[in-house]
Amino acid sequence: MSKFSKKKKGTPAISTSSLPDIIFMLLFFFMVTTVLRETELKVQNRLPKASQLQKLEKKSLVSYIYIGKPKDTEKYGVEPRIQVNDALVTPKEIPNFVYAEKDKLDEVERDKITMSLKVDIDAKMGIISDVKQQLREADARKVNYSSVKAVEKE
Amino acid sequence: MKKKSRSAPEINASSMADIAFLLLIFFLVTTTIASDKGLSILLPPKNDQQLDVKMKERNIFKVFINSNNQLLVEEQLMSVNQVKEAAKKFISNNGRDPKSSESPQAAVISLKTDRGTKYEMYIAVMDELKKAYNELRAAYMGVTLAEYLEIENDSKKQNAKFEEAKKAIPYQLSEAEPTNAGGN
Repeated sequence: MSKFSKKKKGTPAISTSSLPDIIFMLLFFFMVTTVLRETELKVQNRLPKASQLQKLEKKSLVSYIYIGKPKDTEKYGVEPRIQVNDALVTPKEIPNFVYAEKDKLDEVERDKITMSLKVDIDAKMGIISDVKQQLREADARKVNYSSVKAVEKE
Repeated sequence: MKKKSRSAPEINASSMADIAFLLLIFFLVTTTIASDKGLSILLPPKNDQQLDVKMKERNIFKVFINSNNQLLVEEQLMSVNQVKEAAKKFISNNGRDPKSSESPQAAVISLKTDRGTKYEMYIAVMDELKKAYNELRAAYMGVTLAEYLEIENDSKKQNAKFEEAKKAIPYQLSEAEPTNAGGN
């Protein structure tokens, strides 16, 4: 009787084809903004919190020194150790490391080298002052205590 | 036979999202966002003979942290959050109190630790001292602390006023050799 046959009404499928695009966009964002870890950490590294942070200006002038309790406690003990590049070192070896890092830089920029100390919050000042003493010896006087931004309490 | 008008079949792309998610999560887990910020200091140059620097006692603000992480500021026991006010008062004294500093330029903060002092405590105190200076400089420039930090961290925003504030209230922190208490 009716002229218009009833259309079958099912819920139309929602097109999700743009979802991958969105996710890919996020993925690319993360791929671009993050850096792959350069060195394998052999020491624990939980950075302290601070609020008055200063940015490190030029990435190429920065060398990192890690200090903390070794992860492999059976092999290296529980006392905090120093790690540069991929090896655990004693404070006495730090000047050599600094000279090696300085050699990588241009001559004009050698004095601008900045040592970024990534120290675990549980480390003691003794080992840090030993390191600082050695850095003075190697004439790498710019030091930055790496820390993460603290949320203001006020 | 009747020709069917065929439209191109739809490709099911729902699994693509899953794959992209998997990749995304993989990157989220394996990468660390580089923290290239921190508290900067300049170490004193190496010197073989001890230089005898004469300074008036009143111009030195002594901060000492012992191996039990207790804080002694100018012979007074303090907690971390009191340091900032004490330091600000000391730096901006301008000769009013005869026991406190003569001028911000003359004021020096001397920070001393034990070998056994915890690094976390040391950074907390360093942060408070830096904050004291930053707040004074911000007040000098007539900006808020957040604005000041932005100016300090962005070389494009630095101007004559910032240089002036830096000169008027120089950040002078000297670190003494740690005492041996508390071991490594």
